[in-house]
Order: sequence, then structure tokens, then C-alpha cells
Amino acid sequence: MKTPEEIFAEAKALVESADTPAAVEELRIRYLGKKGEVTALLKSMGGLAPEERKSFGMQANKLKQDVEALLEAKQGVLAEAGQGLRLAAERIDVTEPGRIYEPGTKHMITITMDEISGIFMRLGYSITEGPEVETVFNNFDALNAAPDHPSRDMSDTFYITEDTLLRTHTSPVQVRTLMSQEPPIKVISPGRCFRTDTPDATHSPMFHQVEGLLVDEGVTMADLKGTLDLFAKRMFGEEMRTRFRPHFFPFTEPSAEVDVSCFVCGGSAPSCRVCRGSGWIEILGCGMVHPNVLKVGGLDTDRYTGFAFGMGVERIAMLKHGIDDIRLFYENDIRFIGQFY
Amino acid sequence: MLVPITWMEEYVPGGVGKEDVAERMTLSGSNVEGVKTYGDGSVTGVVLGRLDDVWPHPDSDHLLLCKAEVGADEAVQIVTGAANVKKGDYVPVAMHGAVLPGGLKIKKGKLRGEVSDGMLCSAQELGFSDKVVPLACKDGIWILPEEARQTAMLGKDIFEVLGLVNVQVIEFEITPNRPDCLSVHGLAAEYAAVYDLPLDLVGMGAKDDTPSSTRPQAAENHIKVSIAKPEHCSRYIARIAEDIVIKESPWWLQKKLMLSGMRPINNIVDITNYVMLELGNPIHAFDIRQLAGGEINVDTAKAGEKFTTLDGVDRTLYEDTLLIKDGERGVAIAGVMGGLNSEITDDTKTILIEAASFSKDSVRRTSKKLGIRTEASSRFEKGVPADLPKMAADRVCQLIELTGAGTAVAGMADCYPVPQERMEIMVRASRVNAVLGTSLSADEIAGVLARLGIGTEICEGGALKASPPLTRIDLLEEIDIIEEVARIYGYDRLGTTIHADEAEASMSKSWELRSILRDTLAGLGLSEIQTYSFVSPSGIALIGADRDADKAAFVKLINPLGEENSVMRTTLLPSLVEALARNYNHMAKDCRIFEVGNTFKNHINEEGLPTEALSLCAGGYGDAAGFYFFKGCIEHMFKKFGLGEPVFEPISDNDTFHPGRCALVKDAAGALYGVVGELHPDVLSRFDIPERICCFELDYDMLAKNADTHRVYAPLPKYPAILRDIALIADNETPVGKLLEIIKQRGGKILEHAELFDVYRGKQVPEGKKSLAFGLTFRDKDKTLTDEDAAKAMAKILKGLADEAGAALRDV
Repeated sequence: MKTPEEIFAEAKALVESADTPAAVEELRIRYLGKKGEVTALLKSMGGLAPEERKSFGMQANKLKQDVEALLEAKQGVLAEAGQGLRLAAERIDVTEPGRIYEPGTKHMITITMDEISGIFMRLGYSITEGPEVETVFNNFDALNAAPDHPSRDMSDTFYITEDTLLRTHTSPVQVRTLMSQEPPIKVISPGRCFRTDTPDATHSPMFHQVEGLLVDEGVTMADLKGTLDLFAKRMFGEEMRTRFRPHFFPFTEPSAEVDVSCFVCGGSAPSCRVCRGSGWIEILGCGMVHPNVLKVGGLDTDRYTGFAFGMGVERIAMLKHGIDDIRLFYENDIRFIGQFY
Repeated sequence: MLVPITWMEEYVPGGVGKEDVAERMTLSGSNVEGVKTYGDGSVTGVVLGRLDDVWPHPDSDHLLLCKAEVGADEAVQIVTGAANVKKGDYVPVAMHGAVLPGGLKIKKGKLRGEVSDGMLCSAQELGFSDKVVPLACKDGIWILPEEARQTAMLGKDIFEVLGLVNVQVIEFEITPNRPDCLSVHGLAAEYAAVYDLPLDLVGMGAKDDTPSSTRPQAAENHIKVSIAKPEHCSRYIARIAEDIVIKESPWWLQKKLMLSGMRPINNIVDITNYVMLELGNPIHAFDIRQLAGGEINVDTAKAGEKFTTLDGVDRTLYEDTLLIKDGERGVAIAGVMGGLNSEITDDTKTILIEAASFSKDSVRRTSKKLGIRTEASSRFEKGVPADLPKMAADRVCQLIELTGAGTAVAGMADCYPVPQERMEIMVRASRVNAVLGTSLSADEIAGVLARLGIGTEICEGGALKASPPLTRIDLLEEIDIIEEVARIYGYDRLGTTIHADEAEASMSKSWELRSILRDTLAGLGLSEIQTYSFVSPSGIALIGADRDADKAAFVKLINPLGEENSVMRTTLLPSLVEALARNYNHMAKDCRIFEVGNTFKNHINEEGLPTEALSLCAGGYGDAAGFYFFKGCIEHMFKKFGLGEPVFEPISDNDTFHPGRCALVKDAAGALYGVVGELHPDVLSRFDIPERICCFELDYDMLAKNADTHRVYAPLPKYPAILRDIALIADNETPVGKLLEIIKQRGGKILEHAELFDVYRGKQVPEGKKSLAFGLTFRDKDKTLTDEDAAKAMAKILKGLADEAGAALRDV
């Protein structure tokens, strides 16, 4: 009969050379199974003299533990190696393209309009809308446009009847708001406008504006400047500066056009395509609401003052995103629309 | 408005050479659109030359040879193709090595065997535009004016000779409220105000007191002026100049006109144009020989009256056409254009100079009706103050004498029924500060206004009485004066604040849901488009909807750009299909798009406006854009908007859609939202699209109105569910919707959910039949269901399916 040392030496050699989990299991049965060698050794203890039994028992039990440890260690090594092999076999090519269900995109006009509206909504301006077909009264008369103002001509404005037209700006919403609300009035109005321009790279017979109106006690031109300066910074970048140039609109006085420092060339590069070396880009028109317009709403012009502003959505989108042809907005080419996630 | 800076500076003596003039003028409201510099040094090597000999090129029938004297250097031989040169002319000569605009270098060379040692130049080559070059030189070499014809100057740089070194011309954008700034004088007044310098109209004094030796009779005795229509003409002045010699204007005058964008014609025309540019009052000159009866009457024409304007065009006048008449007939259309019958000609000896103020409305109406737009009419349309004509008429006379064009006759005929007086406008300092957010005192305000020549008188209580110059016809009320204060004080000096209020942003449900809708549809893979609100009326025929009365009830434009944009859209569908077709033609392999926008119906509301309603339209072609995709989009939207499950009701009588692939979209209560379907092949062929297209159009306003996005929590189930799948064989024509209805009805309360998960036709399924697989979920919310409970329900369902729809369990 083999001694425990001999069994251990033999088992160790066999375990070392076993290279599959099945082979290790076989060895476990061979040594530790019901008829295994170690089991037999333990069983053989019964025939020993009591004084021998104790020390033999200790040896045999140690052998059992050692063989178990050997098998367990080997099993662990093999399992680890096995997983490694499986993982290696499961390698994928991470440079293959990703796969999603392709989402759609919103239109650039919507994106820009939402961005502009969002800035003013955070300042507390409510959104209000008006119809695209308007009355001559709301579009011109109530906005203090002289009866012979050239913009009233058929060569500038689309008419439906003598008294109704396609609104040429979103300003008639000012009139609607003034006639239906009491101050404080604080609204913006995004929407479509129409002028009889033949389409080319910079003209479109249909375009979008966002109009703004604030009427309350104590509203000053300084408030107008502060509000629009803040808008320009939020829209074009915190480092932007603004300048206010006197201008003329029938429905505001004093009126101004607002320029923002050129965000394309950053200064006044003489070759800049956008600011043409001036360092400034015109972005919107504004002014203090003309008393004649406030009167349309029946307001006490000594008590209330207000400001209004209006900006072209296409123009702002074109400037901000480097779009060089306004017709792209209405050609609805998916290759254009899809660029603006 | 083009203005040479030096001309403007003539009236502001203290203001010469300001570097920041363009910026300061812009910031005070005279927007500078551009600055052009003549003689900026980019053109070099062009000198004054005299053609001492001109003869034909021996080897050409259109080239000429010239011998040009160029001062100290030897005379040069030059070949030219221009036909307008002759011996003795003084011309600009580009010498060998000269650089012309665009960097063009001139080199010695030979042309058909003859030496050409340089080039003769046109005015255009020295920087002038076609429209200002004197007609005689427009298509050839610039034959230089008298002042340049000096032997001593030969060989000198041409820009020095002509006084054109570094001459800057500003292009101003003049807003319609400032007709006074359509003149050098008006802009000089702005310039003076900006720099707080005095305005000086030096040299513009009248000469009407000068006794005339040749005609002791004063002008007012020589000509009689009356105004029959004072509402259209507030003032008419006639002065007379005699001994007129029509010739070229002096170079200084021609130069100012050319720099200001006007072409020199002859001395009298040039002087009238000069005064128009200088003061803003258009001037007309008549040959007095042609004026019958020694009288001028401002009256309207007879309807249908014939009149030939000086451009040679025969016109038919209207009864409201304001006409300048002599004793017998019309001689000019007031403020628009003179008549051929009284035009100045080369042998004109005595002229009548008209300086008048015609009404904006009259000139505008006439100019529009007759289709004539002139420099004069465009100025009168914007307003010429009645104060101007006297200064203008005197200035014309002064220039006639100054340039040796003739002699002015003393006195004038001045018909001025209601002399204009200076306005007095009350301005409250408190109001100025309330509007501008400033804290200016009445004195400070007066100081700012004084810079604009606005007189002020300070009254009690911090108010001012402001009286603007008569040229400022735009200043009528307090707010106008406040704007002047702001402009000149400086917009940049006003504060930058935010108005304090407690306003909270709100928006309509329709607006808010549109935003959610766009995001939802984009998430489903549809991209948003924007198409014109005005469309072609033929679009509805293209989609086969021309018999739909609602869609044909167009709101029409009176003056559309063209037939293709002549009516307001009643449906978004034609434009959407057109966009799909365009993308198809651009080789987009699949395309799914939507638009939400207004449609217009010719139902007039209480405001007198057509009804506008928002519509939602979507469509597409390609792999993932079949009927069930768009149906799924609608189901998802209904879910998103809390509208319950939509009902799809098949229809086959809509000409837009495939009769077997179309359904009305309703809610559970039966309200109609719109239609979904695959386009009819006829529609596709009209758009020339070989792909199938599916689409839907829904009433957005109804979606938004009925939407309920509020969600109430449903407790999670406490008891387990039992899942059962069934496979049925049913007739091909049996709608799945009907089977699901039976299943739900028979399944009773414990049937929590039923869904179709497979449809199969083919092998193992008899002809004319289909195999359908449904997944059913049974659950009781109060107890654990037993298999027996589920089996009972299943039996009921199967019986119902068999009895009501002839559908049987499929043997597997």
C-alpha cells in the first residue's frame, strides 16, 4: 500500500498535468471519490492499533485536505483560463458603426425661434400669437404708419382685399395685445411674415420674426438697452457687445437698430464677409413704443411707457450658423434640415 | 445719399478733417453704409497729357494713333481704340509702368506694328461709375474739362490736376422721416450738431437786390404766378436769368456732381441739380420763350389730357395730375418732370427758374400713376418744406452769375398763400427723463437741442418750448423732440438696466403642445419642414382633392408673386408631397418629414379675416415609412396627448389615397381628427414619384384642445399574471381590429391586455386565410388567478371568435 506521501506526490504530478476541468474532476473521483485512494486510506484506519490510529489518522486527514486544496486550486486556474478563452473568442470590432434608429430633426427656424423665445421667457415674457392674415388697421394704421407710407404699396405688401393683407411684420400682435390686455404687458410674439420680395440668396417672400413688447409704469429706454444687451449676450455669447444706432420706425420713437460685435471675425477684419470690416452686425430693430400706438390700446401715455423690438429669425439663424442662402430654409432638403441636431 | 465729406465740411468751418466722422454720424442716426475714396493711391502713373496729333492707324480701320505731350518727357505715341479723341484734347495718359484699378499694369507694346507707349484712360478707369461720366466721354476717353487744359500741368499726376487726391465720399442711409437729410445742407446740420460746431451757410446769400443793367424790370413784373390748387402746392417761386450761354459747367461743379452720383449735362442743368443736392429742393428751368402769356399757374390737368414729357414720352394725364401751366397749356408735371415743349435748348437765352414746394401726396400719386420716378419726384414725395424755395431760387441765380452762365434778373415772383411758421412744441424735462431713463435738467436739454438749431424757451415747471428749424418738417410733437435729445446726447450714454417687474412667462396650450409634438415626432424619426403659406391653387388637383369644397375654398392674394404662390393653403399635403419628391430627386434613400402650420379657410370671422387653423401633416417613403409606421406615430401621439386609443376607420372613397390603404382617424368618442393612408398611384404619378408614399394630415387645433397630458398613477399589480398565446386561422378579409374587439369583450374584466404579435400567410395556411397570433395577459387585481380561471376566459374568447368572426384555433 502507498504511503500518504507517495499518494500526495503522485496526485500532485497528475493534477499538474491535468489540463481540462473534466480531467481534474476525474482525479477528484480517483482520489476523493467513494472508492478513491484517499478515501480507501482513511477507511483502512479501522484495522490499525489504537496507538497507531491517531497519528495515521492525522496524516490521512492532512493528505485529504492537501489533495482537495490541489484540486481546488487547479480547478480555479482552469476556470479562469476557460473564461479568458471564451472572452477572447467573443471579441467584437468596436470600429464598426454604431446602430440607432435614426431620429429626425426640428427645422432650423423652429430651433432658432425656440432659442430666442426661451431667452425672453426666462426674463418673464409670455408667448402670444396672431394671425398671418391681418387687417390693414392692425398692420399699418394702428402702428402709426403714415397713410402714404411706401410699405403699404402693392409692390411691398401682399393684399387679400382692400382691408386685409398678409402681415408684413409681427408688430400687429402688439396692437392686438394692447387692445386686449391691461399693463403690465410683457409678451413676445413669434411668427410668419410676408413681403413681396422675389426669392434670392438674401430675400424671401415669407420669413419669420420674433416681436417683443413691454408696457408698464416706469419703462425707460435704458431698460430697452439693458434687455437687448442681455439678449445678445445670451444668444451670441457673453463676450458680445452691443451698440444702439438711431433709426426710424413709425411705431416707435426714439427708435434704434441694434448691432452686435462681429462674432464671425471677432473684431474688424477688413475682409470679413459678414461685418465687412465694420466690426458690427445688425441684428434687430427696436424703440420706445410711440404714444400714438399706446393710445390705440386706450392707455394713459403719461402713466405708461413701453418698448418694443423685432428681429428676423432667418437672419439670426443665418448669422449664427453661417448659412449663406435664405432659400435653403424653404427648399426643405433633408440634407440641410438634418444638419441641425 | 452720396456726400463728399469736403462738401459737407464747407458749411461747418470748424469741422474739417474729423477722423471719426463715419462712426459719429452713424451713432447719431445718419447711418453710413460705406465710404468710397477717390485717388487713394491705388492707381498710379496716370498723368495729364495733350494730344498734339491724332491720325488713323495705317493697319486698322478702327484704331487711332495719338501723339501725346506729357510735359518734361518726350511726347509718347499711343494707340487707342476710342473714337472720341481729337487733336488738342487734354486726356489722362497711363504711362509705361502705370497701375490701373484691379492692379492692371500698363506696359509699352506694339499694336498691329505701331508702338503704343502707354494708354489713354476713361473716367471709369479712374474710379467713376458709368452713370456719372459725362455722356460725351461715357464710351471713350475722358476728354478733360477746361480747368485741366493747362500746358504747365502736362505730365502731372492726374488726381492732383483734378483735385481728386484722397477724396472721400460717404454713402448715407437716410430714413424716410428725414427728407432734410437728402441734402448736403441737412447732413451738414447733423454734422455740426454731432460735433457741437456752428453751422455756417456762408456764400449762400441771395443776390436778388443786385440791380440788373440789362433789364430794369424786376422778375415779378415780368412773370405772373398763381396757384389754383394750394392744397397741392404751398409755394411757387419764379426767378429769371438772361444772357444764358449753355456750355459745360466748371470742373469744381462737375466734380461735386460726379462724386455725388450725378452726371454733368450742361451748366444750367448742372446748377439746378447742384442746388437740389445742396439744399434738397428740386429745381426746374424753363425756356421763357416757350411760356405763353408770361404767366405760370399751378393747376390740375383735365382727365385724358395729353402731354409730352422732356424724355419724349407721350403721356395721358389724370384729373388729379398737378400740372404747371402757362397762359395756354401744360408745361411741366409738377414735381415730377418737365415738358418737351418748354425744355432748355442750346440756343436758350432766358430762363425761368422754378423753385416750389409741391405736396407729398400729389407728387407721390402722380409719379405712381404715370410710372415716372425722378430725383425730383422722390424728394417731393418725402416732403420739401415751403421755406426752402426762396433760398434755393436765390442760390441758383447766384451760381448762374458765379459760373458765368448768365445774369440774374432782380426780384422774384413768389406765390406763398400761407407762409409757414416755426412750430412751438412743449417738452417736459420730466417726460424726457421718463422715456430715456436720464436725469437731464431743462437747461441741459436746451443745450442739446441748440446743437440742432432747435430754439428753446424754458418755461415754469421744467418745461421747454422748442421751435425747430423750418427744414425739420419731421418734428411735430413732444416725443419727436425727445428722440432728438436722445440722438444728440448719445444712445451710448443712456443707461443699461432691466425693468423690474413680477411678470411670469406663460404660453398657450397650443404653443406648448406644438413644442412637445415636434420633439415627439423628431424622436420617432421624422424631420420638420417649413413650406410657404401661399401655394398654387393647382396643388389640390395634384393630390386629387380638387372636388373637396373645403380645400377649394381658397383665400386669394390680389397681387401674388406668381400663380404658384397665389392662394393661401387649405391643406399642407401638396407642399409636403412636393418636398418628398424633391428629396427623392436628390437621391435621399428614405425620407420622413412633417410640418405643423396654418391653413386658411375662406370663412370670414367677426374681424373680417379668414379663419386660420393649425394642421399637422406628415409623410414619407422608404423602408421604415409604411402605413403602419405612420399609424404607429398617430397612436403614439394620441398616447402622448392623453387622447385614448385612436380608432382607424377604413375608407376607400378618398381620391388622394389608395382605396385599400386609407383610414379616417377618430377618437373613441367618434370625433374626426383626420386621415392616414398610402397615396393613390395616380397622385404619385402626378408628382412623378416611383416610390410608395404614406402620410397623414390631422387637425392640430383639435389635438391640442382635447389633449390631456396630466397623468394619474395606476397602482402596480399585487398579483401575478397568466400569459396565454393563441394562434388563429381567419379569413383574409377579417380585420384584426374586429378580432381584438371580440377578444376584449369576451375576455371580461380579467383580460388585462391583448396584442397581435404575428401575421402569417402562406405554407400551411389555406388559400384566402391568414394565421394570426395574439398574446393575452390575464390578471385579477384582487387575487391570484388560477389556471382554471384563465382557461374559462380562453374558452369564452375562442367561442366568441368562432361565432362572430369564423376564426378558429390553428392546429399546430
